[in-house]
Amino acid sequence: MTAPLLQLDAVTMQFGGLRCVSDFSFFVGESELVGLIGPNGAGKTTVFNLITGVYRPTAGKIAFAGKSVIGHRPYRITARGIARTFQNTRLFSSLSVFDNVRTACNMHLRHGISHALLRASGFVREESEIESSIIELLEIFGLAAERDFSCRALPYGDQRRLEIVRALATRPKLLLLDEPAAGMNPTEKIELMKLIRFTQEKFGLAVLLVEHDMRVVMGICERITVLDYGKKIAEGTPDEIRHDPKVIAAYLGKEADA
Amino acid sequence: MIDRAKVLLLLAVVACGVLSAFSGNISPYYYDIIIGIGINIILAASLNLVNGYTGQFSLGHAGFMAVGAYSSAWLTLSFGYVLGLSTLGTTSMYVLALIAGGLAAALAGLTVGIPSLRVRGDYLAIVTLGFNEIIKGVIQNAEPLGAQRGLGGMLQHTNFFWTFAFAALTVYVVLSLVRSTYGSGFLAVRDDEIAAEAMGINTTKYKVLAFVIGAFFAGVAGGLYAHFKQFIHPEGFNFLRSFDIVVMVILGGMGSTAGVCLAAVLLTILPEWLRAVSSYPWLPDWLRPITENRMILYSLLLIILMLTRPQGLFGAVNLKRKKT
Repeated sequence: MTAPLLQLDAVTMQFGGLRCVSDFSFFVGESELVGLIGPNGAGKTTVFNLITGVYRPTAGKIAFAGKSVIGHRPYRITARGIARTFQNTRLFSSLSVFDNVRTACNMHLRHGISHALLRASGFVREESEIESSIIELLEIFGLAAERDFSCRALPYGDQRRLEIVRALATRPKLLLLDEPAAGMNPTEKIELMKLIRFTQEKFGLAVLLVEHDMRVVMGICERITVLDYGKKIAEGTPDEIRHDPKVIAAYLGKEADA
Repeated sequence: MIDRAKVLLLLAVVACGVLSAFSGNISPYYYDIIIGIGINIILAASLNLVNGYTGQFSLGHAGFMAVGAYSSAWLTLSFGYVLGLSTLGTTSMYVLALIAGGLAAALAGLTVGIPSLRVRGDYLAIVTLGFNEIIKGVIQNAEPLGAQRGLGGMLQHTNFFWTFAFAALTVYVVLSLVRSTYGSGFLAVRDDEIAAEAMGINTTKYKVLAFVIGAFFAGVAGGLYAHFKQFIHPEGFNFLRSFDIVVMVILGGMGSTAGVCLAAVLLTILPEWLRAVSSYPWLPDWLRPITENRMILYSLLLIILMLTRPQGLFGAVNLKRKKT
């Protein structure tokens, strides 16, 4: 078996006396759709921040495409091919829909600052290539008509979608989605599930999905990992997870009690 | 390939040349104000790249201006005679000195930028303010630069043409940057640093770059100033000067080049206009201290603006632009 796309090996993250993630091992294979679930405060977002370089793990190894990413700044990790969305959308609020996506094209520019200042023909060509690639992306996700709108003017669901578009514009191999269904109504959630599936298939991506909403995760993920108090308590297919007593106790059981 | 922005820059420079030919007829008083406007446009537009587009609140722009003013003045004073036998020689020496002054200021921007960008927001403002005072302090004690006596004796090379050609260049550089995909990194850093990093943008690089480019043009503005006034003094580059430029940026609207240029024009004329007003015989006596002290009016203007239009005069205009 070749090395998986993303491999976490005994990763531990400690903030002072608080152990947010402890001894966590995990992998995501090429173009696989994996879910990471767990109750509130289980350390899901911390795992995201560890993978994307926002935090540096206290112990353990994180490798992407066979190479360690520990100690790299987030922008370097994005350049390696990991893109993410945020739990609370973090769009560039003063920019238009189009410009939001354009910022993500920045890292693939073939030319530097002198090019932008001299505005030679190569610059014009590259800018128009970028423009058409952005419009193509926006069209796929049904946002082309809003390209010049301020991103704040978009409805919430569209803002989430725009965040995905923006992440895709970095041309990732692995897309991390942090609670994409948060704050969505049931119709929007169904749309979102379709969208995630579609994105994964269309772009041949691996997707790691952190989610609260069981229906979303169970519906689309091929494999699910359950995290509770920073520890992995279960891993398996949606069916196995649904019937795992530890998961029911930690997660679903509590919901039933309440 | 014909590029509209480059054509506009070329037209602006040609227009500067043509207008410059007529500038001999203007009275020295108005000429002084007009050159002041040009220099302030350079300062405000370049500071806007740092404060407005990149969102890094710098309060040390006059420090960079001082570096440019003193280095270019020192160059023309020390080496002016080398090429100084012909008009062409002195002019090229002067332009070289301006660019060297800009580069010296850019270097200062780099050395200040790298360590001080570890702090943000108010703390960055304090660090840059401190830098401004350090530059002033160093000059005040540097005997070759005239120390507390100031430095004089430069020839008056700065004219309408050079001032406004450099102003046009500043505006061109800032706009070309922030409207390109390359420059979208500046805006991303301003809006959300964490998201910017997640989009593959090296936020440190963009912050330092904004500082370096901003400082370069501040340095050029300093050189223009030094070769117009023919006398420079450390107190001319104190934090009040920095504050003047920041007010132009805030009043014009952070991140709107048209806005800050207009504010630079208005705020250069305003003190002169107030000077004229305060000598009107019909002015009631209680108003006199206000018109005589522009800082009171500045602060009043800023307070009113912050209450009624927090985004500045032109703050939101750029966001609605159609074509990028």
